Amino acid sequence: MSIEILMPALSPTMEKGNLAKWLKKEGDKVAPGDVIAEIETDKATMEVEAIDEGTLAKILVPEGTADVPVNQLIAVLATEGEDVKAVAAGGGAAPAKAEAPKEAPKEAPTAEAAPAEAPKVDAPKAEATAAPAASAPAVAPAASGERVFASPLARRLAKEKGVDLSAVKGSGPHGRVVAADVEAAPAGGAAKAAAPAAAKPAAAAAAPAAAPVSNSALLEQVKAYYEPGTYEEIPLDGMRRVIAQRMTEARQTVPTFYLTVDCDVDALLKLREELNKAAPEKDGKAAYKLSVNDFVIKAYALAFQQVPDANQVWGGDRYLKLKHSDIGVAVAIDGGKGLLTPIIRKAETKTLSAISNETRELATRARNKKLAPAEYQGGSSAISNLGMFGIKDFTAIINPPHATILAVGASEQRAVVKKGELAVATVMTVTISCDHRVMDGAMGAQLIGAFKAIIEKPMSMLV
Amino acid sequence: MANNYDVLFIGSGPGGYVGAIRAAQLGLKVAVVERQYMGGICPNWGCIPAKALLRSAEIFHYIEHAKDYGLVAEKAGVDIAGVVKRSRGISAQMSNGVAFLLKKNKVDVIWGQATLTAPGKVTVAAATEPAPKGALPVGEYTAKNIVIATGARPRALPGIEPDRRLIWTYFEALAPASVPKSLLIMGSGAIGVEFATFYKTMGSDVTIVELLPQILPVEDAEIAEHARKRFEKQGIKILTGAKVSKVVKGADNVTATVETTDGKVQTLTADRLISAVGVVGNIENLGLETLGVKTDRGCVVVDGLCRTNVPGVWAIGDVAGPPMLAHKAEHEGVIAAEAIAGKHAHAMDKLMIPGCTYCMPQIASVGLTEAKAKEAGFELKVGRFSFIGNGKAVALGEPDGLVKTIFDAKTGRLLGAHLVGAEVTELIQGFVLAMNLETTEEELINAVFPHPTVSETMHESVLSAYGRAIHM
Repeated sequence: MSIEILMPALSPTMEKGNLAKWLKKEGDKVAPGDVIAEIETDKATMEVEAIDEGTLAKILVPEGTADVPVNQLIAVLATEGEDVKAVAAGGGAAPAKAEAPKEAPKEAPTAEAAPAEAPKVDAPKAEATAAPAASAPAVAPAASGERVFASPLARRLAKEKGVDLSAVKGSGPHGRVVAADVEAAPAGGAAKAAAPAAAKPAAAAAAPAAAPVSNSALLEQVKAYYEPGTYEEIPLDGMRRVIAQRMTEARQTVPTFYLTVDCDVDALLKLREELNKAAPEKDGKAAYKLSVNDFVIKAYALAFQQVPDANQVWGGDRYLKLKHSDIGVAVAIDGGKGLLTPIIRKAETKTLSAISNETRELATRARNKKLAPAEYQGGSSAISNLGMFGIKDFTAIINPPHATILAVGASEQRAVVKKGELAVATVMTVTISCDHRVMDGAMGAQLIGAFKAIIEKPMSMLV
Repeated sequence: MANNYDVLFIGSGPGGYVGAIRAAQLGLKVAVVERQYMGGICPNWGCIPAKALLRSAEIFHYIEHAKDYGLVAEKAGVDIAGVVKRSRGISAQMSNGVAFLLKKNKVDVIWGQATLTAPGKVTVAAATEPAPKGALPVGEYTAKNIVIATGARPRALPGIEPDRRLIWTYFEALAPASVPKSLLIMGSGAIGVEFATFYKTMGSDVTIVELLPQILPVEDAEIAEHARKRFEKQGIKILTGAKVSKVVKGADNVTATVETTDGKVQTLTADRLISAVGVVGNIENLGLETLGVKTDRGCVVVDGLCRTNVPGVWAIGDVAGPPMLAHKAEHEGVIAAEAIAGKHAHAMDKLMIPGCTYCMPQIASVGLTEAKAKEAGFELKVGRFSFIGNGKAVALGEPDGLVKTIFDAKTGRLLGAHLVGAEVTELIQGFVLAMNLETTEEELINAVFPHPTVSETMHESVLSAYGRAIHM
């Protein structure tokens, strides 16, 4: 009995992912625990391990394929004694069409690739290349770069009706969009209801006011403004797509107000220096090296405990009031091309050194895209710190369902008035963005006030 | 319990045996009950023996026209016993093939007359035909699912009941002892015109009587008219809008009273009369009433997945309603088997079931006729291409044919295709695929058709619908 390998769900909410890389090729033997492929979700790259033993008979979804739905057949494994070629032929018949390769598989399997252990193996080459690369360009790719499988009649009807085919759920074989699907779809971009945004509670009330424009129509419109050859087209990767969608959603749906305070951080800087100096050595290195941001995380976590009503997230028709302060820390990755927000759980209970080490470890894994979804999903609020870039102050966009986000500027020496006299102090400006559906101005002020009080009396963070 | 099955098919025709094999492929324990003809009517007394006879007729026709091809063939003649023997031999071969396939797929064959006695229970009683080797005996059988696949039989008109001697049905017409000098055929559907072609070629004087104003009533009017002219040119007499109101049997002939719609009454005498006025479903003596299975006009009522109103009872093929075609039955067999196995079965789009008639010239069609398409409110683009413009057809000596294609002018959807001419029954599948894949005229126009083939007429017909035909 051949074994079907399905697109795994890496988190409970994952609906689709990109097949980033195949680490085994057709004809390779695999043992349980072998990493056979890498799956890229919006925020992480995960490894897919083989559960069964066998020979990888056929790869049905080539690497580099975007938006493969969870549970789609991605490969077939021939178990011991099975005719790999027969399995490949059987498995390949159908789903291969669902996601035909945009390009020929990079590693065209050859006869030599067939393992000696399975003498019955014929070169799987013919099957592997059955979906000819040459046929792909015949179909216009959607703006997102994915190929949409649709019948010619469905394409023509969609064009006439102004329906974006990529938003239509196909009822034909392997999700092929047929004429009836287009006929059933509402005209224009309204068909976009199928887009993932709808699944998020925060978007439930949202109806984009702007006239809907299909992705491909928008692309054509935009391209018309620019001389061909003067630009390069860069398709969105999964993360950019999610950022675009979620930030648009947040900006359009969350009624946000902003509160800004200046914090005097001289005491904090002094304490930081002392603590870092006093750090015990471990393996010839300091056991910890606290950053200003580590204090910010701790202070923010404690502030939520002092104003527990602010520790709520938006749930559509109710709030979720959280017990702990789970603080997300925005980490720029890919040289600024992406963003991840790993979460320091129960930050109010953790020491500064623990927070510091955990943040560093999570940030490293975030940059390597090795975070598990559970490590960046959920949380009370988030911190975005652009101080290291010299930004004085800014406002950040809330990441729903959070009700707040703290934007932290650079600590710099400024002229301030203390007790009626001009003085020099190191000042850090922070701005909190608040979701008015969850809290009013006064509560936001209490929260940011509590934060300021803690940050300016940093010894309180040590108790 | 050995006698318990996941699914039991009553009837081993194209619906039953194909469904049984599919169910077996899906890992179900399957049985087929048959009382008379392994493989049903199609291989024994239908499609296959008819095609065998028509092949003999076709070859004889070519021999008679050898001169047209620069050949000399003298003293050609018909040995009807030899023609029938060949046909029966082919039937036996096909029927044995069905038995072999069932055995290969480990489908049990139960021999006898099946009756549903309770949900999931079937009593099989003795049949008149002797059981073949390896068949299970009469007795009580149980099955989680029972599929009625009992097919249909010739319709008999009151007062003109077939007697197997003077008034024939297809059974007698498929195995004649001699070629009747004159023949009257009631009904001009596929069965009627195929026998008209066969017997005319074999030397009979043939008259067709059709109640409706058009022969081949389900076909596109233009195609039917084309065929009618060819038939008449061959010497077949055709009366349309005509009803056989009375038949008087003589010693070795029949005299029929025929009334036409214009009020004329005439009497026609012929050696034999073939009653080809359609078929009715075999719904009797199955216990359908006991279980309360709903029937309508001689057929079991089913939904798109072949389910009847009684859970666990299914029906496929002719007994489940028109179109009564073997390939429709086969398809329903597969649908029922997959639905029973819990697979995702697709309901069949009956509009895309092609029809083939093997008269001379052949007729093949799929989808809407021009009249039906207009009736449905479509704005049409209609293409036509004659075989005379096709090199291969002319080289074959078959310059007389027509391919008609009907498109929705708004969307380019292929609504129907209607063909008459040599070998068109082998061409129609191209259009069937096109319709199933929802191609528009564009893909058909852009497709490369091989030269020299008769299939080029299909391409030209599509081109013609868009004012682009090359060879006319």
